Amino acid sequence: MTFWTRFLFRLGDGCLYVLADVGRMGIFLLAVLAGLFKRPFRGSELLKQLHFIGVGSIAVVFFTALSSGMVLGLQGVYTLQRFGADGMLGSGVALTLIMELGPILTALMVAGRVGSAMCAEIGIMRISEQIDALECMAVDPFRYLITPKFIAAMISVPLLTAMFDVVGIYGGYLAGVKLLGVSSGSFFSGIMSSVTNHEIQLGLIKSIVFAFLLVWISTGRGYYVLQIRGAGFGAESVSKVTTQAVVLSSISVLIFDYLLTAVLL
Amino acid sequence: MIAETEQDQAGPVVEFIEVEKYFGEWGQRHRVLHGVSYSVPRGKTTVIAGGSGQGKSVTLKLILGLLKPDNGRILVDGQDVTRLSRKKLRDLRMKFGVLFQGAALFDSLSVFENIALPLRERTRLKEQEIQDQVAATLESLELTGHENKFPAQLSGGMQKRVGLARALQLDPEIVLFDEPTTGLDPVMTREIYDLFRRTQERLGYTAILVSHDIPQVFDLADQIVLLNNGEVDTFTNVGQIKDSEKPHIREFANMTLGDLS
Repeated sequence: MTFWTRFLFRLGDGCLYVLADVGRMGIFLLAVLAGLFKRPFRGSELLKQLHFIGVGSIAVVFFTALSSGMVLGLQGVYTLQRFGADGMLGSGVALTLIMELGPILTALMVAGRVGSAMCAEIGIMRISEQIDALECMAVDPFRYLITPKFIAAMISVPLLTAMFDVVGIYGGYLAGVKLLGVSSGSFFSGIMSSVTNHEIQLGLIKSIVFAFLLVWISTGRGYYVLQIRGAGFGAESVSKVTTQAVVLSSISVLIFDYLLTAVLL
Repeated sequence: MIAETEQDQAGPVVEFIEVEKYFGEWGQRHRVLHGVSYSVPRGKTTVIAGGSGQGKSVTLKLILGLLKPDNGRILVDGQDVTRLSRKKLRDLRMKFGVLFQGAALFDSLSVFENIALPLRERTRLKEQEIQDQVAATLESLELTGHENKFPAQLSGGMQKRVGLARALQLDPEIVLFDEPTTGLDPVMTREIYDLFRRTQERLGYTAILVSHDIPQVFDLADQIVLLNNGEVDTFTNVGQIKDSEKPHIREFANMTLGDLS
């Protein structure tokens, strides 16, 4: 093969692989969504996943929110005081958290804590033939394994985001009002005057989309662990694919954050 | 319809017709099965043997529709598994029980929950009925007392027994065994084969058994399928293998059944 033949061969092969991968993930998503309407519904598994994704993430989300809010408070006072506008602190902290930092940091925390675990769990089930065993028992693996995780993430992530917003605003209050002496009245009146339903809806929509993306990518990568090129075999393949799932989820969240902000702001 | 049903009951349960299967990336494809044709008789035991990488486990995955052949047809009770919709394939799989090479037990579920899973997911039995049926199965496979253990707490032989118990829960017509004795010592191997004989006598299922456990596994066989370099030879007993004139069969027989020269 000449250089150009080899180049074209590799280019075509790479394009076919990407197309096949996108197609697989699309089929995966359709199968998971179809699982929403199939019976029996696994209520106990949904509760277990709600506990794992939601309750289990409260601590990490709480501390991330508190530190982010406090840093925002400190930075806000430092910047706004230059313009004599420290009365705008509440407004700045609340809008930044509700529209931007709340949804995105919650999603990144959940992607790191839960997305990696979901990907590894499904990947191990795949390489140890547990998913094949489900299929052989005529049990739909999408309905049985993935759908409860999807529903639980779609419920948990928006609630965690709401908690992030509240804790973050309180962190901003602690740093700005309690530590640096900004007026408590101006802090809260700034929030009341600037935060409307539109901002809250934007944050909510973002958190739902981010939850969808991270659970789709994490479970999908784990499910197709054997088809992912360059992942290797056995435990190594699961570890590589888990890393890939967290990186892809995080990048997707950041890209969609920009797109949603551009479209919905 | 009546004729069809009679044919279903009398004819072969699985048929391979000119099946080809390749693996590997485009440009570096490796052919595992090369126009393979054979049939599996109903109610009997078919042993599929051959060296490593000859496509034995692939054959089982093709029968179950977990893999698709590149060419050819695979009929199960007259239905071509290569052309069935996802739903029809799922319905067809209700006829099967599978004992995987590593047992493939769900490691986060207890022994009881593993065995009860097909009953909970695929039947409308009440919880008490499920508990009774699982308890009876546990007793028949000498697993009573282990129901609350998790797979990681069991020996290899016990994991295989639990896998068999799970495979038999829905009264399958066909049971596939993928290397059922891999990693087991000779005593445990004999125990698994005894268990296989007992359950097949009791339930009358068609067994397809992939194994490298030669020649012991041939004692169980009504039909022996030898896979070699993507091609297939079928025999009804070990004598036929020994008498074969084909050089690769003679070589296989020399290596596995003793020197015949």
